[in-house]
Amino acid sequence: MWIYEKKLEYPVRIKNPNPKMAKYIITQYGGPDGELAASLRYLSQRYHMPIPEAKAALNDIGTEELAHFEMVGAMVYQLMKGASVEEIKEADAGGYFADHDSGVYPSTGTGVPFTAAYIQSKGDPIADLHENLAAEQKARATYENLIKLADDPDVIEPLRFLRAREIVHFQRFGEVLEKIEEYLNSKKYF
Amino acid sequence: MNARQELLDQIRAIEFMTVDLNLYLDTHPCDMRALNEYNMYTQQLMALKSQYERQYGPLSNFGTAINQGRSWRWIEDPWPWEQDYWMEEC
Ligand SMILES: [Fe+2]
Repeated sequence: MWIYEKKLEYPVRIKNPNPKMAKYIITQYGGPDGELAASLRYLSQRYHMPIPEAKAALNDIGTEELAHFEMVGAMVYQLMKGASVEEIKEADAGGYFADHDSGVYPSTGTGVPFTAAYIQSKGDPIADLHENLAAEQKARATYENLIKLADDPDVIEPLRFLRAREIVHFQRFGEVLEKIEEYLNSKKYF
Repeated sequence: MNARQELLDQIRAIEFMTVDLNLYLDTHPCDMRALNEYNMYTQQLMALKSQYERQYGPLSNFGTAINQGRSWRWIEDPWPWEQDYWMEEC
């Protein structure tokens, strides 16, 4: 079971609407290396993890990713809120506006809707952990690109926080992979 | 920044320590130093949360916090995605 906590993991307080930035950032909401994909990936893979450390890490990182999903949603919401139709047209976000107004919809910045095809749950802990290590690096790279695209400190700060978390998750998954390998070797299981 | 916001930021900072230590402990379950730190921050966090909830309403629902007052305070604005920094207390 999950309990909701009525606060963001890291504050999002964006004062100036910026539909162009919203269009860039939304990929971390519903795109291939985004937070929804990350969360679903780890929470689905956790069932077949063989050791307690791995079950816990996938469960808890998958849970933290949901908090990041909420942060990214809050960023998109605040960036779209109060933007005029003129500003939306200027930002070339008219296509998004036609489909969703200023609603928050899990898709990439170019409008490709979220799909579970972004993730795998292989039933093989070694294969899954390697996917997760790559996923964290891809998310880190995406946040670095977004930071380059942003100029508002209100936007950059939460992006930096999210980028830093990907690095921590990568570290933890590396440790999990090592422990699983040790465990499998000790079982002489090929 | 109002007092509510400041308290929430304090809670966030301490809870972040517990989140990060939690993930660390998942892969280092026998690290006594981290365990003690985790417990210390958790204690601080519980005290701050109950202080916040007494003043501003519940932080979580489903039986994890007492509803103080004569109406269901869970539904009160602001929600986390709203720009709560400008919310004034009544
Ligand atoms: Fe992550």
